Amino acid sequence: MKVPKVRIDVSALREIKWYEYALRFLFGGAITVGAGLIAKRWGPELGGLFLAFPAIFPASATLVEKKEKEKKAKAGIDGTNRGRTLAGIDAAGAALGSIGLIAFALTVWIFLGDSPAWLVLFGATFAWALVGGVLWYLRKTKYGLRLLRARNR
Amino acid sequence: MKEMIFRFLVGGAVVCCFSALGDIFKPKSFAGLLGAAPSVALATLSLTLFKDGKHYAQIEARSMILGGFAFFLYAWLVAWLLVRSVVIRRKFSVLAVASTSLVLWFAAALGFFYVAFR
Repeated sequence: MKVPKVRIDVSALREIKWYEYALRFLFGGAITVGAGLIAKRWGPELGGLFLAFPAIFPASATLVEKKEKEKKAKAGIDGTNRGRTLAGIDAAGAALGSIGLIAFALTVWIFLGDSPAWLVLFGATFAWALVGGVLWYLRKTKYGLRLLRARNR
Repeated sequence: MKEMIFRFLVGGAVVCCFSALGDIFKPKSFAGLLGAAPSVALATLSLTLFKDGKHYAQIEARSMILGGFAFFLYAWLVAWLLVRSVVIRRKFSVLAVASTSLVLWFAAALGFFYVAFR
């Protein structure tokens, strides 16, 4: 069985321009303020929905496409389709991450009443990473979702 | 006003940290997980816990479960449309697909909310 490898490439941070960070900061700050205002005006039931709002996803996906197009353009190739495919793969990863997000919310909802808040937030973040990571691994390995897809073919 | 500025700064900083993590991870499918990081939730819940207490934060977390399901539908639709646009050779831009699909998030989140809390 081929085990999928996760790599860390810190040099990728140098490729991000300052205004791209600024854009993320702006979107992130705006949705956090927005969620607070909605909760204040219409109550925490409605405000809570926005804790799982895909605030920066459109900007991130566009960035993925742009970077790939630039990379391919340097080699004299039109990278439009490749950029879209990569953004699609990024979105598929986010779909798995969103199941982790549900695990995060469940952990906070269930355990916050009786446990220290910092521990619950830490545990919930761990639950998000664990669920997302395991689902990603299953999707990538031949004993995972690929096997199910092959069976259905 | 002070509280809103603080909220803005904390939210922006946490979102930036998670997206920087998304930039350094390879392959792209794994980095995509960070696209659904609980960044806004961490910032908001931390501030809510200080100001409004545990019970209020628990109510927000319960609704967040519904928002998470809506996020799943949204991300799945975006992935499908983008891969499909390459297959059928349509020129859908990533920004257009990702932005217009937010309508699905709103519809799903508010629909789940209506069913759960009506």
